[in-house]
Formats: sequence, C-alpha cells, structure tokens
Amino acid sequence: MTLPLPTRKAEDWRYADLTATAKQWPLPAAERIAVPAGEAFTRNIIADGGITRLSVELAPDAKAAIHILSAGTAEYSRVELDVTLHASANFTLGGVQIGGDAQNREIVTRIHHEGTGAISRQTVRSVLAGHAIGSFLGQIAVARGANGTDAAQSVRAMLLSPTATANARPELEIFADDVKCAHGCAVGQLDAAALFYLQSRGLDPAAARRLMLQAFIAEAFAGADDQAHLMNLALAALERAA
Amino acid sequence: MLQIHNLSAAVADKPILNDLTLTINAGEIHAIMGPNGAGKSTLGYVLGGRPGYEVTGGSVAFNGQDLLALAPHERAAAGLFLGFQYPVEIPGVSFVQFLRESLNAQRRARGEEPLSGGAFLKLAREQAALLRLDMEMLKRPVNVGFSGGEKKRAEMVQMGILDPRLAILDETDSGLDIDALRICGEGINAIMRKPDKAVLLITHYQRLLDYVKPDFVHVLAGGKIIRSGGADLALELEEHGYEPAL
Repeated sequence: MTLPLPTRKAEDWRYADLTATAKQWPLPAAERIAVPAGEAFTRNIIADGGITRLSVELAPDAKAAIHILSAGTAEYSRVELDVTLHASANFTLGGVQIGGDAQNREIVTRIHHEGTGAISRQTVRSVLAGHAIGSFLGQIAVARGANGTDAAQSVRAMLLSPTATANARPELEIFADDVKCAHGCAVGQLDAAALFYLQSRGLDPAAARRLMLQAFIAEAFAGADDQAHLMNLALAALERAA
Repeated sequence: MLQIHNLSAAVADKPILNDLTLTINAGEIHAIMGPNGAGKSTLGYVLGGRPGYEVTGGSVAFNGQDLLALAPHERAAAGLFLGFQYPVEIPGVSFVQFLRESLNAQRRARGEEPLSGGAFLKLAREQAALLRLDMEMLKRPVNVGFSGGEKKRAEMVQMGILDPRLAILDETDSGLDIDALRICGEGINAIMRKPDKAVLLITHYQRLLDYVKPDFVHVLAGGKIIRSGGADLALELEEHGYEPAL
C-alpha cells in the first residue's frame, strides 16, 4: 500500500515544497547503513535536488560523521537522516544549506539515543538570499534507560535578504533521567559593523561578505573528510546565491 | 595631504559635524580633543566612509582625490587607515587571513604585485614584534577574546602591516594600561612619524600625547573646531578643562 502524499498538517512536511515532493512520490526507501561495533563511517552528501534519505544504525562504540552541503540550482532539496545510537556510539552531523531565489532547502533529522552514554552533535548553518527558505527539523529521542546521553544541536541561519525565511524546529523527547540535551538556534544577518571593519582595511564589499560567510559555515564542515573540497563547493554556491 | 573644507555630517538626520575645516600636511601629527559628544568619533567614521554617517555639506580632498566619492575599501587603498575605538570581533575569520587578503586587495588596487604568503608572514611577524603582540594571537579569529589593550595593539599591528599614508586613530589610548599606552605610542611613532605620512589622533586625554608629540592640537566642540594651537594647548586643556575654551 502506498502512503498518501503528506500535507502541510504533517509537522515534518510543514515547510516542504509539496509540488516537488509529489513528483517523487512514493519516495524510495531510505538507504540503510549499519555500522558494526567499534567501527567508523563517514559520508559527504552533496544535495542538489530531490529527497535524500539515510537510515544509520550505530552498534555499541560505533562512530558516524555525516556532512551535508545542500546547494545548487535545484528548486527543492531535502535530506532526511534517521540515526539510531546504541551504547557509547558517537554521531556527528555538519550541515550547510545555501539557497537563493525561491529555492527551498530542508534537513530533517531523527536521532534515537537507544543505548547509554552515546553522543550526538549536530551543527547546521544556512545562508539564504532572495525568497529562499531553509529549514532544519531536528528530533532527538532519548529512550528509557539511555542514561548518560549527551546530545547537542546548534542551528544558525544567515538571512541575506529581508524576504528569505529560516525555520528551525528542535524537538526533544526524553524518557531517561541522566541526560544532557543542548539545543540552540539563531537567525541573523551579516553584522554591518564587522563588514565596515573589514572594508576599512581594504576588502571590497563582496570580499568582505565572502569572508564572513565562509567563517559562518566553516564550523559545520569542521572535521569532515575532504573539508577543502566541501568548502570550495560551498563558496561557489554562495557566489551564485548571494 | 588632507583638506577638510566646511564639512557637515549627520547621523540619523541629527547634525553632528557643522562646517568643520582642517588641513593636515605630510609630516604632521594633529590631535583633536574635545568633550563627549563633540563629534570626534563621527569625524573619524565620516572620513572612513562608514554607512549611516551622511555628509550634508563640504568637501574632503585626500592627496588631491575627492575622498567622499570613494568607497571605504577604496579609501584604504588610497592610503587611509582608521584605527577603531572599539575594534570589532569577527569569529571564524583569522587575523592573518583577513590582513593578507586586505593588504593584497589594496596592492592590486594600486597596481602592485600581491605579497606571497611567506613575505606576508615575515611582515606580520615584524609588526607584531614592534607592538609586542604574540604572533600566535594573529592566527586567532579577529579580536575574539582579546583584552582591550590587546585589541588596540592589534589595531597598531594592522596599521604597521597596511602602511598607510594617513592614520586616523580614534581613542587608541582608551582602555590601555600605562605599559600598553607607551607601547602603542612608540608604535605610532615608528610606523607613522615620517615625512610623507600624517596622523590625526582623536583623544580625550593628554597622556597619549606624552608619547606621540603632536604638531597641532585642535579643540572640537559642537561639531566644529573652535580652537587650534601647538602641543602646549593639550597641557592647558588638561589643566583647566574644556570649559574655558568653549
């Protein structure tokens, strides 16, 4: 049986481009990745269009680092990650979304802390120009008994125009007692005082902006495989969008 | 070098500078003193081209060029340096990267060859040593976590690296302890006290002028210069305050 196309009433699809989604419906099953005990997995996802779905299961002491660059010419890109952590597993997400015009970019994560003492770190940075929409929906579910869980989410968006939109929705479901769950989100604009400071030293306005945006997204790519390549792609995307 | 003629400026439609006239020649050091709210910092920002500081009248010529027609980065390439009273913190951007890009942008604008990474680091190391700032600090994000004194010394290091023709230093002495004041003063002399350069010091106090001897001292009040004199005018103001001059 095929699931019906979601509507805006479904929380996970509230900000989605449903017209674009309809063209891909029904969605293919998520790619499943099982990381065995003590092993490590890394993946860079370069998303430019479509819905990318990944389901990762981390056995005890396993590690995964996923870095996402969602940018390019596509109208709509959505990346869904479903991650299950067993005891002492470690998950890192670094995501960058860049959009301009009427582009829509989404990252949707569901992090299930099933075992004790697992760590998850999510850092998402969005740079949005024109009428672009960038959303991050991040659910963290800590199961009963998953004591010692340490989960953190840091979500920031930079709006380069007054018509761009950023959505950030953290959602914590905690059924254990001894848990650290930190989340922070901020939406802002490039700091005019900093831009003037950089320009007063000789950088033209475009170079000053580029330097500040590069600094803004760099945090999300920290520790990624082939970090320089991701950053170059992101900088090229910023040139187009901003 | 700098001819300010009947300059008027407003911030958020509020007039701050009012027919200000001042000429600075190469080889001269000028100090502008004055009470709070006189327009001292506004003068610095207007000359630097900060958005929001609107020129409502008058003209400024810098080495024969119309300064007010230039964008901030073009003013820098033309040889103007603005030392900030409150240097801005910029997380994620390293001083070294920012200054090398800035210097090379200026050099390109002047038709000069960009400096290589090695040559730039050598220059940065020399200037940091002059201001006794640990070179490691220049590898950190711009001004982040710097103390007030370190920020001001870092401003002077930037001035040394960029090697401007005219430096406008807005309260470089504020927030400095006695040692840092002396180090900054000596730095200003070493970098800027040259026949083809000039300095405009904006300050509240005489104390910086003990280290950087001004050739001229001006009193700014109500948006215009109401009195000018030699170095002894600063001593007189220190003793009697601004009130007798107003």
